Amino acid sequence: MSEIHPTSELVEQKIETRADGSLRAYLRSIAAIVWKDLAAEFRSRELIGAMLVFAALVILIFNFALELDIRTREAVTSGVLWVTFAFAGTLGLNRSMAIEKDRGCLDGLLLAPVDRNAIYFGKAIGNLFFMLIVEAIILPMYSVLYNVNLFQPGLIFVILLGSIGYTAVGTLLASMAVQARTRDMLLPILLFPVLIPLLLAAVKASNGFLLGFEMAEIMPWINVMIAYDVIFIAVAFMVFDFIVEE
Amino acid sequence: MIKVRRLVKTFGPKPVLRGLDFQVVQGEFVALLGPNGAGKTTFLRILATLSRPKMGEVIVAGHHLPGEAAAVRRRLGVVSHQPLLYGDLSAEQNLRFYSWMYGVGDLDQRIDDVLHLVGLYPRRRDLVREFSRGMQQRLAIGRAILHRPDILLFDEPHTGLDQEAAAMLDQVLREIASAGRTVVMTSHDIARAADLADRVDILSKGVITASESTDALDPIQLTELYRSVTRV
Repeated sequence: MSEIHPTSELVEQKIETRADGSLRAYLRSIAAIVWKDLAAEFRSRELIGAMLVFAALVILIFNFALELDIRTREAVTSGVLWVTFAFAGTLGLNRSMAIEKDRGCLDGLLLAPVDRNAIYFGKAIGNLFFMLIVEAIILPMYSVLYNVNLFQPGLIFVILLGSIGYTAVGTLLASMAVQARTRDMLLPILLFPVLIPLLLAAVKASNGFLLGFEMAEIMPWINVMIAYDVIFIAVAFMVFDFIVEE
Repeated sequence: MIKVRRLVKTFGPKPVLRGLDFQVVQGEFVALLGPNGAGKTTFLRILATLSRPKMGEVIVAGHHLPGEAAAVRRRLGVVSHQPLLYGDLSAEQNLRFYSWMYGVGDLDQRIDDVLHLVGLYPRRRDLVREFSRGMQQRLAIGRAILHRPDILLFDEPHTGLDQEAAAMLDQVLREIASAGRTVVMTSHDIARAADLADRVDILSKGVITASESTDALDPIQLTELYRSVTRV
């Protein structure tokens, strides 16, 4: 019944622990989670499929509901786009965390001897991939339906910044909501109020590029998005461990 | 290897573990029996670093919990009610993923060895969602031993298995135990616990109420002991 550990064993444990904390192990864990999410999704196509169908339906509904002339189309495009991305993204976030929770896989991740922030970053990067894939398909679809050219480098950059912020916050809140029985309802209720500054900046910046504003007018909104992304990634880095703890 | 003193765990106002004492030496196989709601799973989750104790001392492999949880995780393998496996990945892909998470060296060889051990090598490329419950549980054990842990925690691993699958699982458990690993297994099956374990501890109302060597008592005597100490 003794708890005696030889010195060499203790030294070995310390070396192992230090190796665990290394950047290489950290990055390897993030890459493993991203690989796992992509491999599972490319097999099942559940998540991207649901997001794509939903996004396409939202765009179609807006197209029929608004009956816009060519000038108004350009003015509302950024709003319609971001509403579409935000709604479709919620589906993806919910599903991505539900896969972990339903089969107890979240426990499997938490049992691994890695920094738990690596789990967050792995899941967030996976979610960002899915979001970008959906956006890459939705953009040409939107361009054809609304007859608006969306392939502008500035707009693409805004979409990338917005998607990073969205998945940073969304992954964090989805990991919180997934613990609840009412997770499907809870996530949008938690997520959308927190997203308001990001969505506002994204819509304004996108509008600026679509309507040909000066960069000086657009930059403040881009700065808001960059600040939002940095702040929420830092917050997630600090609090994820507490959120997933029982 | 595992030392627990005066462990207390509550969920809100409800106490689940009420000053539990428990000890396991290296290489010992201990079965933890107890009625539903006795706190077996909660206790195992604390040992597995998945839950924090409210009070008390928990030392696993020389490390205090919850403070040194990261160091403990490397030494632990856990099998729970759920397989902790991804249905849309193959058996091999699941093991590859967990190998990366645990930093397992000589990855391909280790995965093949584990798949052979749990008897799933011929089905290695099949999706886990197509596996029976018994096969999933065997793969779950493979996942748990992948990084060569010296302590294994099993939370009712026989739940939902038919007799044949349970017998196969027993065989795998015996092989794991014979390799000198420390094993703690919760169970409702007294006969199976007596057959597999070196010692049986009975957990009731949040404390260990009996602890007996399986050499000292046969399954009938163990059943009587279980009834006497868990009687309301």
